[in-house]
Amino acid sequence: MNHWHFILGAYGVTLIVAVVEILAVRARRRAAVRTAAASAPVSRVQPAASARGA
Amino acid sequence: MSINWFKLSSPASFYPVAGKLIPWFAGGAVVLAAIGLWLGFAVAPTDFQQGEVYRIIFIHVPSAWLSMFLYVVMAFWGALALGFGTRLSGMMAQAIAPTGALMTFVALWTGALWGRPTWGTYWAWDARMTSELILLFLYLGIIALRQAIGDPRRADRACAVLSIVGVVNIPIIYFSVKWWNTLHQGASVKLTGSSMETTMLAGMLVMSFAFWFYSIAIVLARVRAIIVERERDAAWVAALPEVRA
Repeated sequence: MNHWHFILGAYGVTLIVAVVEILAVRARRRAAVRTAAASAPVSRVQPAASARGA
Repeated sequence: MSINWFKLSSPASFYPVAGKLIPWFAGGAVVLAAIGLWLGFAVAPTDFQQGEVYRIIFIHVPSAWLSMFLYVVMAFWGALALGFGTRLSGMMAQAIAPTGALMTFVALWTGALWGRPTWGTYWAWDARMTSELILLFLYLGIIALRQAIGDPRRADRACAVLSIVGVVNIPIIYFSVKWWNTLHQGASVKLTGSSMETTMLAGMLVMSFAFWFYSIAIVLARVRAIIVERERDAAWVAALPEVRA
């Protein structure tokens, strides 16, 4: 009557929840940085100007 | 050393500080979880009534405590956002909600898996369980409300009002086992002492600190993402090395 499958179910799902949360936060941060880089005027304009040989 | 709290309340000042704190709290969570699991599985004895299944408490109790405490912290930040209009307060409240919801889910899930072998049922409409389920719905409602409002500052205010109103549920959860005759057991740990065996109590408290450290690390990581999302047009965000790269 040790019910190890209940213990495994509890700890396993908790671990999955933590891993999913960590990966979701990492993905969100990367997406936020990409969006900020795309909308940052300095990083967009300068390469375009240099590419024209200005 | 004095800390300039007003300076830290600016997203631009808080962003690098949060980045420095995350590895410490994440590392602390890993170390504490390792110690807590060792105490819980290798040192703490088998319970004479419940057998091994009681070892679920080492995640059930910390997640249940965190689910309530994170809600109060979220409402506190919401109240600051509502009262003073500080941007970072709204971002903190936004960052806490998903972690609070996940802690509530873990508390309910692990409670159900503990309840089946000990009470004979996964679920009962008992005051403690029902009020904890309401807490999950409150978290989900706050997350959904934020998603439904386009303007982040308006969303901050609306979510703050809902979270402050929902705080009434926290004492109901905590005292439900005293106020009503519930299937859920009463508190084993009180300020005046504990009825638990010492190593069981030590394992549970160490795991609680591990959950605390994890929550702080993940909330700080999320609030950094939120700061970049919401301040993306600011010059200081454009100057960040990760944005310029």
